Amino acid sequence: MMRVYIEGVGLCGPGLDGWTESLPVLAGVQAHIPAPTRVPPSPLLPANERRRAVQTVRLALAVGAEAFTAAGRDPAATATVFTSSGGDGETIHEILSVLAAPNRELSPTRFHNSVHNTPAGYWGIATESRAPSSSLCCHDDSFAAGLLEAAVQAIVERRPVALVAYDVQYPAPLCDARPIGGALAVALVLASEPSGAALADIELRLRPRSGAVSIMPSASLEALRQSTPAARSLPLLAALAFRTKAAVTLDYLADMTLALDFTPTQADVAFGVGGSERVPG
Amino acid sequence: MSGTARSDSAMSPLALSDFSVVTSLGAGRARTIDALRAGRSALAPCTFDALPFPTCVGEIADLDVHSLDGEMAGFDCRNNRLAAMALQQDGFADSVAAARERYGSDRIGVFVGTSTSGLLQTETAYRRRDPATGRLPPEFDYVRTHNTYSLARFVRAALGLAGPAFVMSTACAATAKVFGSAARMIAAGVCDAAVVGGADTLCATTLFGFHALGVMADEPCRPFDAGRCGISIGEAASFALMERPSDRHGADTILLAGVGESSDAYHMSSPHPDGIGARLAMERALAAAGLDPLAIDYINLHGTATPVGDAAEDHAVFDLFGAATPCSSTKGFAGHTLGASGAIEAVFCALGIQHDFLPGSPHTRAVDPAFKSQYVREGRQARLNRVISNSFGFGGANCSLVLVRAA
Repeated sequence: MMRVYIEGVGLCGPGLDGWTESLPVLAGVQAHIPAPTRVPPSPLLPANERRRAVQTVRLALAVGAEAFTAAGRDPAATATVFTSSGGDGETIHEILSVLAAPNRELSPTRFHNSVHNTPAGYWGIATESRAPSSSLCCHDDSFAAGLLEAAVQAIVERRPVALVAYDVQYPAPLCDARPIGGALAVALVLASEPSGAALADIELRLRPRSGAVSIMPSASLEALRQSTPAARSLPLLAALAFRTKAAVTLDYLADMTLALDFTPTQADVAFGVGGSERVPG
Repeated sequence: MSGTARSDSAMSPLALSDFSVVTSLGAGRARTIDALRAGRSALAPCTFDALPFPTCVGEIADLDVHSLDGEMAGFDCRNNRLAAMALQQDGFADSVAAARERYGSDRIGVFVGTSTSGLLQTETAYRRRDPATGRLPPEFDYVRTHNTYSLARFVRAALGLAGPAFVMSTACAATAKVFGSAARMIAAGVCDAAVVGGADTLCATTLFGFHALGVMADEPCRPFDAGRCGISIGEAASFALMERPSDRHGADTILLAGVGESSDAYHMSSPHPDGIGARLAMERALAAAGLDPLAIDYINLHGTATPVGDAAEDHAVFDLFGAATPCSSTKGFAGHTLGASGAIEAVFCALGIQHDFLPGSPHTRAVDPAFKSQYVREGRQARLNRVISNSFGFGGANCSLVLVRAA
């Protein structure tokens, strides 16, 4: 049985300014108002680094810091799994534009920021963590792939693992080939054992694809879920906001889904007091 | 052991039931071990791109002509072409098909690595943008070429697999780390077998990027040499079929006995000068294998021939192994194949174990006198039972693999 405990959450996306701030929106008691993603300054980056850091790094470090603060875990001692459907759009576009011009001189900083594990690298430096770190890509299913890898790591290695999923938009002309709805990042601190910090546990199962995956009741959140791969996490986040037992089904590859049996740890402090009929899925 | 957590730091060994390799040394295992034995390097001046600076690369000539067609046409790009070549070597695809019969297609995972995937395709598309609108050409297929997941999507389709999948992209440590993912996925019961490995191919981004960083040699790279001055980039693909050891596996089967992963927490493109992250990765791999450093017969170094990187790794290796254990970098053979290097060098080690051969280091003339580890320049016959292979990447991602002879 694959069961992990969620100890902390971080969230930043269009009209979703932080985990705690987003709870009423995710629980459906407040309307979701789409707005450009506002990335809060991460306490992990000094001011000068903050200005230079690319968007994927700023997003990943912001939600990572938020989740670790909530979990009360030491990031220096915690393994990480980063997952994204692509890289930093601006960086890739700049490199490709330079390489298409007559004078092909790349900036060394742009080049090292172009690797898929750039946010993981900056995270390690900022948190002084020498713990293992993986960076995955599974196109539109990157969130489910990352959650599966993080959960398996937590269970097999019996250690906490932080999952950080993020996606940003591409500038033209790449955005025609790869449209992304809006920049969004989510972080979950997962543990293999229950603790005082645990908000909920999830039991994970791979299932052959049959029937529908969980969707969001709000049209605007559902549009975000469909258009930004990291937002495929929203039904799980909604379950966390409702704090009631729920069956959440996530997209994972053409032929299967990742099924999550969600059980809140402290049902008495449920937000939004929603009945089970309001549980998404 | 299905579905259970590890009782301590040790991992359950996995068998490399089959493996395949294509580098600029040639396609397939026989050409590869022949080149390793002969000390023959494939590094040559770069003709892949009209570069404004001199450099040598390990280029695979046939990739320009063998396009993917039929159902696979949409995947056509240099990286997936090379992956296809590797899947076709040495009956590898047949071994996977047999495993598919045993377990079912949904019980075989695909965990592969790449750094640049089909990025070359997008480089070309950017040069062919519509002059009026700036749009990319309509035939550009982002999902099946550029996207980092393209490689796993292709491998899964080509092998008819339907199990869990992702691409690991941790720069030059990617295809070492996928061995760890496979071991954990099988231990957790998520799948019964896994195809691991990966591919990386030449593109302008890496050629100009490493040049911009000032870490690319103009001559063939000289790992651990006093006069080393940077890397030579290569392209390669390699895959391995991982399963629990069983009576199907003979005595010269290679087992993955340990995986060790760490982060440097130091710099995006430069290793910690004392090799702290490198040492941690090796220590964790040995602990997972339940082996003492003295049990290791050979260390395949990351050894890319940068002044800083080789010095840091020598430091880490000497700290942990002293001067007792022979080590070499095989980057002088086919270059630094970036995201593919972890899997390629695992295969070099596997072939070394199976053919009783300890590979040397072409182009290395005189080992840096400041270095203390036992660096081997000339390959030699040697019984290898247990080896460790290092892969270190940008972002401070480190991974070491311990591979052993089954019996």
